[in-house]
Amino acid sequence: MKFFEDIRVGETAEIGRHTFTAEDIKAFAARFDPQPFHVDEAAAARSHFGRLCASGWHTACVWMRLLIVHRRHEDDERRARGEPVAQLGPSPGFRDLQWLKPVYVGDTVAYGTEVIEARPLNSRPGWGMISMHNTGVNQHGEPVISFVSSVFVERRGEGQEP
Amino acid sequence: MPRLHWEDFAPGQVTDCGSRLITRAEIVAFAAEYDPQPMHLDEHAASATPFGGLLASGWHSCCILMRMLTDNLLVDTSFMGAPGVEEVKWLAPLRPGERVTLRATVLETRASRSRSDLGFVRFRFELFDASDKLLMILSVSPMFARRSADAPAPAEQPSRS
Repeated sequence: MKFFEDIRVGETAEIGRHTFTAEDIKAFAARFDPQPFHVDEAAAARSHFGRLCASGWHTACVWMRLLIVHRRHEDDERRARGEPVAQLGPSPGFRDLQWLKPVYVGDTVAYGTEVIEARPLNSRPGWGMISMHNTGVNQHGEPVISFVSSVFVERRGEGQEP
Repeated sequence: MPRLHWEDFAPGQVTDCGSRLITRAEIVAFAAEYDPQPMHLDEHAASATPFGGLLASGWHSCCILMRMLTDNLLVDTSFMGAPGVEEVKWLAPLRPGERVTLRATVLETRASRSRSDLGFVRFRFELFDASDKLLMILSVSPMFARRSADAPAPAEQPSRS
């Protein structure tokens, strides 16, 4: 992770894509969100969705995994260049999550993120908070998920020059 | 036929959605798949982070909440999914071995403007630990089918947004 001071509002990143299989959708939903339209093709066909679709939580959790993998890759590159890597702190949460279209079996969702706010935390010296607008778009170019998340990021300490 | 439809929810209703023991194994399994960060995967690595020990992914706590909600409330309703989530606040870490409880409070109900066969119920869900410390708040307005699709719609209520 970059240090807080090095993060700019407006920065964007494409963090990866994921294709949702029927097995994947049903396995996630069976554990966490066992609604008939997420676990059973026949029940899904009778529902307002028309066919099997992923739990919205599944669509969001895949974003989390892709972001972590993306950041790990970036951190590996920083270490290879001999640069320090900032720590991530807690996330206070997220807001305005919209599941804009169902994610159906076989859909491929491309995820992206944009920094929309960055502010130092007076209450926590050494940390700043960034907010990100996160999106997922399917293979037809249709947005399927959108939300705003926040996370604490380490500030550059003494002796850590850019 | 579900027992509860949109018409059966009213502001102020509080539902106890049961309790659940959160194991280390499920925290690590979820994190390995969806949130592979040291503080969710390994005690030793977690102790070196600002989190001071292993804790569940915040997304895992959302998924745990969804499952408790499904088993204890939605299973008996005409639930049709949710178009989104207004807000989630992660207030305190969810640690392995914790027994959590979930409370659902109805804040508002609203008929759909575009579809006469469904309505929205705005909930606040609160996840507590065994000492009643609030760990997480989730605010969401899921859709429920109405008891009778051709019944006259009640007066339109103000939008929540």
